[in-house]
Formats: sequence, C-alpha cells, structure tokens
Amino acid sequence: MSEAVKTLGEREPRPPLLTVEGLKVHYGAIQALKGVVLSVGKGEVVALIGANGAGKTSTLRAVSGMLKPSAGRITLAGQDITGMKAHLLVPRGMAHAPEGRGIFPNLTVQENLDLGAYLRSDTAEIAADQEKSFKLFPVLRERRKQLAGTLSGGEQQMLAIARALLSRPQLLLLDEPSLGLAPQVTETIFRTLREVNAAGMSILLVEQNAHLALSMAHYGYVLETGEVVMAGNGKALLESPEVRKAYLGE
Amino acid sequence: METSSVPTPSPGGLPPALRGILPVLIAVPVLLLFDRLLASAPFATYLLSIMGVNVILAVSLNIVNGMTGQFSIGHAGFMAVGAYVAGVLSLSFKETALSFLPVAASDQVFLVVALLAGGAAAALCGFLVGLPSLRLRGDYLAIVTLGFGEIIRVVVQNTDAFGRALGLSGIPQTSSLAMVGFWVFLVVLVARRIAYSSHGRSLWAIREDEVAAEAMGVDTTGYKVRAFVVSAFFAGIAGGLFAHFVPIINPGSFTFVKSMEIVVMVVLGGLGSTTGAIVAAVFLTLLPEALRSAFTVMGAEGSLAQKVDQIRMPVYGLLLVALMLLRPQGLFGMKEIWEVLPRWLPRRRKGLA
Repeated sequence: MSEAVKTLGEREPRPPLLTVEGLKVHYGAIQALKGVVLSVGKGEVVALIGANGAGKTSTLRAVSGMLKPSAGRITLAGQDITGMKAHLLVPRGMAHAPEGRGIFPNLTVQENLDLGAYLRSDTAEIAADQEKSFKLFPVLRERRKQLAGTLSGGEQQMLAIARALLSRPQLLLLDEPSLGLAPQVTETIFRTLREVNAAGMSILLVEQNAHLALSMAHYGYVLETGEVVMAGNGKALLESPEVRKAYLGE
Repeated sequence: METSSVPTPSPGGLPPALRGILPVLIAVPVLLLFDRLLASAPFATYLLSIMGVNVILAVSLNIVNGMTGQFSIGHAGFMAVGAYVAGVLSLSFKETALSFLPVAASDQVFLVVALLAGGAAAALCGFLVGLPSLRLRGDYLAIVTLGFGEIIRVVVQNTDAFGRALGLSGIPQTSSLAMVGFWVFLVVLVARRIAYSSHGRSLWAIREDEVAAEAMGVDTTGYKVRAFVVSAFFAGIAGGLFAHFVPIINPGSFTFVKSMEIVVMVVLGGLGSTTGAIVAAVFLTLLPEALRSAFTVMGAEGSLAQKVDQIRMPVYGLLLVALMLLRPQGLFGMKEIWEVLPRWLPRRRKGLA
C-alpha cells in the first residue's frame, strides 16, 4: 500500500522513536484504520492531518494504548508496544493529552499537575519540572489553587499539556490542541509547543487546523478514510496544491 | 521552591506514628464505656448498633460510588452475603467453645472469625462484580450491580441452608456495641487512609475522567476492582454484625430498598465525603425513629396514632426531597466536615449579629 502514498519533499534523517506499521483498528464491524503507516523521529514534530472521521484520533488512541488495534505493529524506542495498555505505556515515555483536554475539573490546577507526575517519586525533580511548566504557562501559576473546571478553554489546554509533560515523556501525543480556542490563544499554545520541541521533545500532533499544524511540523501525514494518502515535510505539504485544495480551502 | 500542597490536615502537630494509634487509644475505652452504660437500655443499644451498621455500609459504599465514581446500587447484596455466611457459621459453631478461654471471650473470637469469613465471601463477590465494571460505565454498571443484589436475594430465598424465605433465626446474639463501634472505627480509618494516599488520588482521577486517568498512568482497571473488593468486604462485615444482633435475618432485610437506602446516605452526605456519609447514615437512621416519637408525643392514641404513623414515611420522603433541592451536592459536597464547617460558622454568626 505504500505505493499509494504520495511523498513530497525531503525528510531530515533522525533516529526513529515511534514506528507504526499496517495499523488497523475496528469499532465493531466498522473499520476505522486500514493499515496506517507512519513514524516519528527523535526530536521531531509530526502532524497528522485529515478531515473528520479520517482516523486521526483513532491512530493516536491506538498508539497510546487506549484502543486495541486489530492488526499492525507499533514500536517505541525500538520496543514492540502493540496492544499494550495505556497505563503501562506512560512509564515507557508516552504522554497523551487526549481530545477535549481531559483535565480533572473538580481537582485544583496543582492537583492536576501532581497527577501528571503520578508515576514519579523523585519529589525534588517533580517540583523543578513544575517550575518549568509554570515558566512555560505563567497563567497556571496564578491559577494553581483554582479548580481546573473553572479555567478558560485555553488555560485548560495549557494545563493538559503541562500535565502531560510532567510524566517526563519521550513522546508527546496531542489531540486537537486548538479545538474550540480563540486564534490568539491557539498561537500562544503553539508557540509554547515549539519551545518544548526545541528543548528536545518529540511530538505527534493531530490537528484539523492543517495550516497551523503543518507550519510547525517537520513532517506530516495526510489521512483519508483510515489510510495515509500523502506524506511529506511540513513545508512541502503546505505548498502542495492537493493539500491546499482539500484542507486549506483554496 | 514552593512545595506541592498535600491535603492532609495535621491536628496539633503530633508525631505521625502517635497520630496513627491515637484514635485507637481513644476509641476503645470510649466504646467499652458506652457498652456498659447502655447495658440496661436494649432499644438504645439496638438503635445505635443499626446506626453503626448503616455507617459501615455508607462509608464503604462511598469508596466505590463517591471516591471512584462508579455507580453501584447492589450494596445490600454484599451485606446479605456477609450476613448469611457469618450467620450460618455462627449457627454451626453455636455449641462449641474454646476451652482455654472464658465463655464470653470465646464467643467474641467466634464472632470475629464469622465476621471475617462473611467479609471475605462478600469481598470475593465484590471481585466478581468488579470484573464487569472494567467494561461498563454509569447506568450500565448500575444495572449489573442491581442485578447482582437481586440474584443474591433470590438465591438465598431458595436455598434450604439459608432458611429460604423464613430466614435464619437463633444466631447467637454475640455482637455488642463495642464490636460494631470497632468496625465503624476501622472502616472510617481505612476510608480516610485511602482518601489521603496516592491510591485515593488514583480513585479521584478515575472518578473525574477515566481516559485522562489512564493517560496519567493510572491502572484504572486494577483500582476499580480493588475499590469494589474493599467496599464489599466492609459491607459483608456490616451484614455479619447485623446478623448477630437482630433476632432473625431473612431475605426481606436485603432487598433493593436497602441498597437504595445506602445510596441515599452516600448521595445525601455528598459523594466522596466520608464524614458526609457518616452524618447522613446517622441522620437517616434516626429520622424515622425521631418522626415516630414526634408523632407519638403529639398525643395521638389508638386509631389516630396509627394514622399518624402512616404519614411518617411520606414525611421522611419529603425531607429527602427538600434536602436534595437545597443542597444538590449533598451535605458536604466532596469535602469533609472540617473543611466545610469553618466556612459555615462565621456566616451564621454574622447572620445572628
């Protein structure tokens, strides 16, 4: 099926962190993913774009262990993690900020962050990492004693990202971080994500906002009805007429 | 460097080791004293025992419904398992005594063994019911637990060893206020320990958002099952205690109505609040009795008294409706009494001034 994938532009060579081969996912009788192939290199930002129902979220959920794939192989840092449950993947360096943010609304910002470091016991370093996240998102420091449910949408998204980073992941999975946010807030969040990536974090990003995602990503995949139909470096995809027509409304 | 806030109330700055044992040191003599004082007041003893059993049931159900956010409505089923297993055991060892102990002490040993057996049987059932809870959420889980409660009742009702619909009578009445109080104390201690541990954090996370909890690395399945097992164990203990101070147990004591009563206690107290569950259990045990004496005191006799008695339950229902309208989050919400009271008190004083 890789013949069907149109590839644009060069990909900067990096050691692989995540590889996904022939990933299939079924919801009952419905096949959501029909053999997705993708990879994320160390320190790379990879965007997954596509229309509603293309399988972006399903791909992410299968990678993070929230969904059991019916076929395919997923490896993280060279180790086979196919079908492994989400809570076992966290200690292996997978952090997933799920769609709809998934913050704990009735817990305070501080408690949310504490839960981000749930599996860690290095108290001093957790505190230092929390300091870092307060530097990334200063507004969270002001709100630390507030219930997370009372934050604005943007602040909740920031909290979700900060919390995911507190598990000290190798790979950060983000599902629609721009969902329902004002353009300015989205910009702030993406600026921060760039900073996080510049510090070495690998990111797999699912976005409907193709322009935003591709302008930040080193590499991107276009998903259509459960398959990767196009891949390429961010810039090349942004300039490709097909992508511009289908996803950027030109 | 700011340290993270740990929500542990530290009363008086006692050393932690002492703080752990201190409640025991206070509770045991107080319980024994109560036992002696009320020896000549059988109804008060009975009522307090029922209250204790209800507190155990409410606090243990709160671990599943309140802390973990799984809606279980079959708690009377676990209670029945405990009551019947402990009851049958005690009946079969009725004539046996440990010769090296005084009779009273020997009785208590047998009682504790029977209680533990009942608790263990209930815990096993909790594990079995916990398993479907891995895949079911919300209403669906509620229906499974409801079904479980009814299955237990129907099985008991049709088993000769359990006395069918007639129930079991003649179980040695070896329970005492001190014994009930001890288990109340224990369940509260366990609930508090869970709430303020990382275990509790995991349960809160599951309650708040299961997907996110999993993404944080919480083994949601494991914690849910464990919550069910602990909760069922104490329900079984409550049932066992119940069987040892009421003259007869029959399936009618463990119907869906009983399950709902416990759910009401937990919801009324505030889902997730242990002290709320305690206060609500005490309140809901006393309320029908208080209404009974209130209506009797009003001076009605004969047929009029009967009529008055009939409106007692509707009044009880109305009170519940009113409470839920006024405080839909329950008495204390998700908080504990010492977190809520300080906020209420100043306001009340201001109102008086």
